Amino acid sequence: MHKLLFQPQTRQKLLAFGSLLALMVFFSLASPNFMQADNLVAILQATAVNGVLAIACTFVIITGGIDLSVGTLMTFCAVMAGVVLTYWGLPIWWGVLAAILFGALCGFVSGVLIAKLKIPPFIATLGMMMLLKGLALVISGTKPIYFNDTPEFPYISQESLIGELMPALPIPNAVLILFIVAIVSSLILNKTLLGRYTFALGSNEEAVRLSGVNVDFWKIVVYSVSGGICGIAGLLIASRLNSAQPALGQGYELDAIAAVVIGGTSLSGGTGTILGTIIGAFIMSVLTNGLRIMSVAQEWQTVITGVIIILAVYTDILRRRAQR
Amino acid sequence: MSAPLVSIRHLGKAFAGVQALQDVHFELLPGEVHALMGENGAGKSTLMKILAGIYAKDGGELVLDGRAVEVTSPRAAQALGIGIVHQELNLMNHLSAAQNIFIGREPLKRLGGFGLLVDEDTLNAQAAAIFARLNLQLDPRTPVGELTVAKQQLVEIAKALSFDSRVLIMDEPTAALNNAEVADLFRIIRQLKEHGVGVVYISHKMDELKQIADRVTVMRDGRTIATAPMASTSVEQIIAMMVGRSLADVAREPLPAHPGEVVLEVRGLQRGHAIRDVGFTLRRGEILGFAGLMGAGRTEVARAVFGADPLEAGEIRVRGEVVTIRAPQDAVRHGIGYLSEDRKHFGLATGLDVATNIALASMKRFMRSLRWAGVIDDGAIAREAQQYVGRLAIKTPSLTQPVRLLSGGNQQKIVIAKWLLRNCDILFFDEPTRGIDVGAKAEIYKLLNALAADGKAIVVISSELPEVLRLAHRVLVMCEGRITGELSGAEATQESIMQLATRREGAALH
Repeated sequence: MHKLLFQPQTRQKLLAFGSLLALMVFFSLASPNFMQADNLVAILQATAVNGVLAIACTFVIITGGIDLSVGTLMTFCAVMAGVVLTYWGLPIWWGVLAAILFGALCGFVSGVLIAKLKIPPFIATLGMMMLLKGLALVISGTKPIYFNDTPEFPYISQESLIGELMPALPIPNAVLILFIVAIVSSLILNKTLLGRYTFALGSNEEAVRLSGVNVDFWKIVVYSVSGGICGIAGLLIASRLNSAQPALGQGYELDAIAAVVIGGTSLSGGTGTILGTIIGAFIMSVLTNGLRIMSVAQEWQTVITGVIIILAVYTDILRRRAQR
Repeated sequence: MSAPLVSIRHLGKAFAGVQALQDVHFELLPGEVHALMGENGAGKSTLMKILAGIYAKDGGELVLDGRAVEVTSPRAAQALGIGIVHQELNLMNHLSAAQNIFIGREPLKRLGGFGLLVDEDTLNAQAAAIFARLNLQLDPRTPVGELTVAKQQLVEIAKALSFDSRVLIMDEPTAALNNAEVADLFRIIRQLKEHGVGVVYISHKMDELKQIADRVTVMRDGRTIATAPMASTSVEQIIAMMVGRSLADVAREPLPAHPGEVVLEVRGLQRGHAIRDVGFTLRRGEILGFAGLMGAGRTEVARAVFGADPLEAGEIRVRGEVVTIRAPQDAVRHGIGYLSEDRKHFGLATGLDVATNIALASMKRFMRSLRWAGVIDDGAIAREAQQYVGRLAIKTPSLTQPVRLLSGGNQQKIVIAKWLLRNCDILFFDEPTRGIDVGAKAEIYKLLNALAADGKAIVVISSELPEVLRLAHRVLVMCEGRITGELSGAEATQESIMQLATRREGAALH
């Protein structure tokens, strides 16, 4: 146990987790409303969408890439679910499938642009970000699509399966889905061929290529998986709002990247964990929630979030320097 | 005889305990072209970098115009009138020729009492003046990236001259030039001579030196061996001085009595100037040496056969069958492995652990349970990796150690393990002992011999001649993208290899 605690990997996670706990202690002392069950559920609920998006980003960032399109891709997937469910009136599972498949398809396109056409990830996904934003508006006719014909759609996010089994724990489904996505992603990253190549690509892409691995193929797979996960985020947000809001989405990508970075994943690739990303996402939402409860003005909340991101990355740099 | 421009006496330099230069003497006269020769790693570039203020000397004396000087930085060297044209071009491709020449000392225009704006007109005029002096037709406003490599080389020379250099160091200036461009360069050098500039000219190309150089100094193992007038020294004498060391410690494993069948046959390999009509065969159990000077095209051939770089033409047969190799994965599928000269960039994912690096080329083999999901069996990887750690005597505290924390020799063994685990039996070793200490070198040699005895077919590319002589059953020598000769193990000597390695196409020896 002692040995485990002082491994550098563990220490980083403890540092991030420690900051999260410190924030929670601080806010519960600052405001009696913070530790209320309702508020905690609200925090969980608020983390779900950003958390899932951040997981999608984690895959891409570990390969040494970046994905700026996750926010608008999420919205595009929500709109596609709306098309399938509301416009075409198909059963709910078709909507779920459509969101995930369209997400994976768009990720596939990004992957091809990056791996085959050699467009830098920043530019390729910047283009996809705008393209998808536009498409979502075009397809929806710039108006929200409501899921009135699919009454069970809001359950995806808002009901609580866990609450039904254990009434003391009314954790919304969105959070359950976040944790399932996190666990599956963590398994993919640590246990599968895809995960191994994801880390290897970020560590030294040329060495991987010269090992006889089809680098282009695996890069495309990574972006497709990431896109599929964005589709799940699209379902979560559409279900929470009981509508696909085509104007939403832009800006989410930066929150997601911030969560990944706070969680200790390096933007230069090769390292990173899903657990870190989840903690990063929670730090972001606890901060937003706590500052709001303390009635800090919206504009100052943004300032403080910026400071926290810079601090988090700086501590990470300090830690790396100490390791050398 | 006029007083020397530069004299270097008893100069010494060590890097991290390795003595790179020892008791070096060198003298440069005004109006002289002085050739500096030696094998790769003999210390030529280090010596010139000390003269140009890039490295600090450890001991000895540097006298310029009869005055002892300390050249503490490149800037100090420029102030003293010492200019250097490096082997690699150091230009900013997006800036113009003039901007490149005057980078860091741009003439400024005053704006409201502050010198803030770059005076582009003066800049271009000054650059044009230097070009005129060099008789060079070039618009100073042209971005350097749009120039031919030869013109870029001349921009570097113009830059070195712009400091009013009286000492001009040129490190392999003709590496990228064709014969006509070389003639131009020589014309410019002769002009400089008339102006009393002393030129130090580093090159391997014997015929060029015969044309341009007045004297030659030969270096070997960090020492200056001799200085002699170029005209009265034969090529053979220079090569003998360059090679010099006794060959007593060379011991080659005998080729097995019955060499195996041909496993790799390459014909008509072609890519631009880098690879010109290269062909060779490789047998089971054989170690084939590729010798040549830096830039001769050996690495390019290996990378081309391995599919890492595209080819223009050529046929590759593996075990008798013609194969198409477009990417490394094709080569690996045919059992070809390539160990890069640059482990850290091309061989290893240094941030990842020992086991992952060993398994990197064979990951798919370890998808056992839940194959459809691509789940990797870490236990199996660990067991296999452990076997190779034992077999190759890789010294690592554990399989989960990041490879960047291991020594060069152990990192190299991990790359070897990677290809062995992948069942590759045609192995290209590009500079297998670069950056590896002497003890580990001997171990790598033993390992290569054992692999050959085990029936692997091995190509060793090395710039260290003793290494080639020690390992190879057969030596191919390359120069300027061509194979200039083949030597059996018995015929191969440092002298015979150097003769072939400096044999340029279409250039007669004077």
